[in-house]
Amino acid sequence: MKHFIIVAILVAILTVLTIFGLNEIGLMPEQASMQALPIDWMWDMQVNAMSFLFALIIVPIVYSLVVFRRKKGDTSEGEHIEGNTPLEITWTILPLFAVLSFAYLGAFTLGESRLVDPQAMEVNVTAQQFAFTFEYPEFRIISEELYLPVDKQVHLNMTSKDVIHSFWVPEFRVKQDIVPGRVTEYRINPSEEGFFKVRCAELCGASHSYMLANIKVVSKDEFDAWIGERLAEAAIAAQTPESRGEALVVQNGCTACHSIDGSPGIAPTWFALYGEQVELADGTTLTADDEYYKESILDPQAKIAAGFETVLMPQFQFTDEEIADIIAYLKTLR
Amino acid sequence: MKNMKPVWRGLLWLLIGGVVGYALGLGLDALVGGNPDFVAPLGGLFALLGAAVSFFSGLVGYRGITRGLVFQVIGTLVGGFLITGIRALMGLPTFGGFFFSEPAWVFGSLVGALSFLAGVGALTDWFKWAKGEETSDHHSDPEGFVKYFGVSLDHKVIGIQYTITSLVVLGVGGLFAMIFRTELASSQLQFLTTTFKAFDQNGLQFYNTLMSLHGMLMIVSILLGIAGMMNYLVPLLIGADDMAFPRLNAFSFWIAVPAAVLLLSALFLGGFDTGWTGYPPLSTRSPVGIQMFFLGVFIAGWSSILGALNLLVTVVRMRAKGMTAFRMPIFVWAAIATSIISLTATQLIGLSFQMVMFQRLFGLGFFDAARGGNPVLFQHLFWFYSHPAVYVFILPGLGIISELLPPFVRKPLFGYKWIAMSSLGIALVGFLVWAHHMFTSGMNEYLRVPFMYSTLLVAVPTGVKFFSWVGTLWKGKITTPTPMLFVLGGIVVFLLGGLTGPPNATVSTDLHLHDTYWVVGHFHDTMFGGYIFPFFAALYYWFPKATGRRMNEKLGKLHFWLMTPSFFVLTLGMMRIGLLGMRRRIADYDPQLGFDGTHLILTIAGYLIFISVLIFLYNLFNSMKNGEKAEGNLWKSRSPEWLVPSPMPAHNYDQPFEVVGEPYDYGLAGSKYVQFAASKEKDESVAGKTKKAKS
Repeated sequence: MKHFIIVAILVAILTVLTIFGLNEIGLMPEQASMQALPIDWMWDMQVNAMSFLFALIIVPIVYSLVVFRRKKGDTSEGEHIEGNTPLEITWTILPLFAVLSFAYLGAFTLGESRLVDPQAMEVNVTAQQFAFTFEYPEFRIISEELYLPVDKQVHLNMTSKDVIHSFWVPEFRVKQDIVPGRVTEYRINPSEEGFFKVRCAELCGASHSYMLANIKVVSKDEFDAWIGERLAEAAIAAQTPESRGEALVVQNGCTACHSIDGSPGIAPTWFALYGEQVELADGTTLTADDEYYKESILDPQAKIAAGFETVLMPQFQFTDEEIADIIAYLKTLR
Repeated sequence: MKNMKPVWRGLLWLLIGGVVGYALGLGLDALVGGNPDFVAPLGGLFALLGAAVSFFSGLVGYRGITRGLVFQVIGTLVGGFLITGIRALMGLPTFGGFFFSEPAWVFGSLVGALSFLAGVGALTDWFKWAKGEETSDHHSDPEGFVKYFGVSLDHKVIGIQYTITSLVVLGVGGLFAMIFRTELASSQLQFLTTTFKAFDQNGLQFYNTLMSLHGMLMIVSILLGIAGMMNYLVPLLIGADDMAFPRLNAFSFWIAVPAAVLLLSALFLGGFDTGWTGYPPLSTRSPVGIQMFFLGVFIAGWSSILGALNLLVTVVRMRAKGMTAFRMPIFVWAAIATSIISLTATQLIGLSFQMVMFQRLFGLGFFDAARGGNPVLFQHLFWFYSHPAVYVFILPGLGIISELLPPFVRKPLFGYKWIAMSSLGIALVGFLVWAHHMFTSGMNEYLRVPFMYSTLLVAVPTGVKFFSWVGTLWKGKITTPTPMLFVLGGIVVFLLGGLTGPPNATVSTDLHLHDTYWVVGHFHDTMFGGYIFPFFAALYYWFPKATGRRMNEKLGKLHFWLMTPSFFVLTLGMMRIGLLGMRRRIADYDPQLGFDGTHLILTIAGYLIFISVLIFLYNLFNSMKNGEKAEGNLWKSRSPEWLVPSPMPAHNYDQPFEVVGEPYDYGLAGSKYVQFAASKEKDESVAGKTKKAKS
């Protein structure tokens, strides 16, 4: 009997110490969304349960290893205990109830994290290897950064151009895969102003590690100001082919792989490329001219530059006008 | 050279064969490509094949596995050229970046794998029967180590073949992990950079290939290891001479060897970038290596399915007299539950991979949205096997824990019947949970809730096991030689694995945890606790039974105390950074995340684990020749295999036994589990005398 009492006390102590210790370490990142609240609440419940169950098993094992260790010279056998049916039933039924309760709480917190605000701002997210692009249909802006007004729900409609990607901000907690051929949705209420990063969370190819975008959560005023700035920029950019082209390559994720300043990357740099000799993977060479640029956009696998055989450039569909604008911009890079 | 010890001769030939193969491959590549490329795919592939064939040739000559590998190479070439010829006739491109076109590689590899079986001799008896010839029931094996390198029908030999192969595959998978763990030790790329090149892959692609192969090689290693344990032990435990279908047993082992060759060849044929899960659309556009991956897994699956069939028939039909269901050793229950899953679920991974192979080869659109297909469908088909698969991985090990506790605590297994039923319970519920791998996939959001309930339910039979193990230890007389250390380590590590499961099972928290290092920590805990630790325990425990010698205790304890704390540091560290934002399957991470320090510690822990396994391997091989002799019932076990001399006699039990009591009645004076036929009469007369004395 005394064994049970000692074990019970030790289990209680270890449980408390473990919970306290884990909370002190601070396991989760900061909370920056309304959705993080029910998720972290559920997590805390789980930490408590994990700590208790850990103690419940570890303490009797360690206790047994100490107290019931065979002493030197003792050749007797252990106690012939075959089992205990009431105990078996108890430790089947109680965990069953615990498990069902946790599942219920899990469903409840999931519901809390999926509350819909019909006034949510819509943003369309396009993912591709290896960049995110954000379109604000209400304002007709395309951006490579996700600006969000604090304390307002945003409803992301997400699709992929190629393979499965995933949208995840640790501080927001919620994660959602982005699948080609369908639109998956993501609702979040950012609750803290600040600078965050969304990183692709589904292996999408060689540069998966580097697929990310900036998220800026700002006040309503700052957000409106940003929209204004972007609209103004777009208006100016719309005026010349070169600036239109620049906007296009940024918004379509091209600059995620092609550098504009000569730095090496997973795709050929555009800097000082026009008019130069290009060595292709099949050993031939050509001059980088308008035809080459156009073909590389519409049919990237037709001519692959030497050294870049193993990375697949996605296919893009632009109008002839857009292609002319892009080429005009690329020519300015010298 | 004839006077050299076979191992050294083999290693010398390996070196020569590897170099010659490499040179040949480089030459062929230069012929086709022009410039010499020192890391050309063909160079690597031919080096591997040259080294392998030469090693075995030096070791055992041209027979068995050597012949199998030679046939595999020839078969691959024949199949490859056949397709190439057909394509030429059809006006399609004939050769590709990796010499053969992709369809030629796929068909050639399939023919090669089947040719291996013919070459090693696994099909010989069946071919004879087809011709109407008789074969003997028991082939006698050659003396010495040579029998392990060819077809044997003895389940003990096959069990050892499985075990050694699993250790080799474990080593290769571990080596790959050491390579990418070295890269991950600090942020930014150190050597697997974009300018790095090997076998047509840059550093980032090579990382993905190593990481993906690490996963699948470890899985194959586990499947081979559990097959080793089940095939070696189950006939001994139930009193049978062998498995029900010895030739099928040999086939099931040998098919895994060409499958492993295919998996390794993926490394050289452009690699693949999808992780072991192979999700399309990414796998539809991966390099040719993905086809070697798909085909290798498909073929390895045959080993699982046929091995499971053999096990179930053996247990149903070949138990000793008196061995009722609840008088079977608990490991046999574990093997039954495992085999039920392997037999019925493995087909689904074969199917899902085959469908992607057909997408690539024939342009079908199962998972391609542009052609009316659904990418998420793949995940359902894939995980329908791959979740039950993880229970295949751990149920035998949990059975080992239950099997080994009683002799080391000298007490019955607590609640034997409940433990037996819990294995079946886990197997059954395990079929109902697969979509918990897909909570963020875009599947129907309401469907996630029932899968959360079913997944959390698995905790109930698993809890029964833990509580029963505590009950078994309680009030025992505990000693901790090396096998027991690994049993205890397995329990604690599996506890961590089991406790870190429910946050993943719960949809709301899983939204944060999915695809992070939290999951990586969780599954390394479950895999080590449920398989690796119990596997080592079983090896240390039954090594004397197989060889008549014991492994060195000091080295065994060193292995344990080096591996275990390192492993805790590894998995707890992984979980910590996972929660804070470290994603899975990334070659590089942002220094601003502040994970550099932890990653360095994880890499060091990984190296320590690797070193501990090297110590084990040295101990294993050295003890075969130089281990302290141990020919009797070393662990004072009640189990029948320990009541006959070690090493185990060739036909197991010259005298059959009858089960006359409970398996785990340690502590019950005068109780017996089994009674051998010859000693029955003697015992009856002794009992008669004792009775008289009492009255």
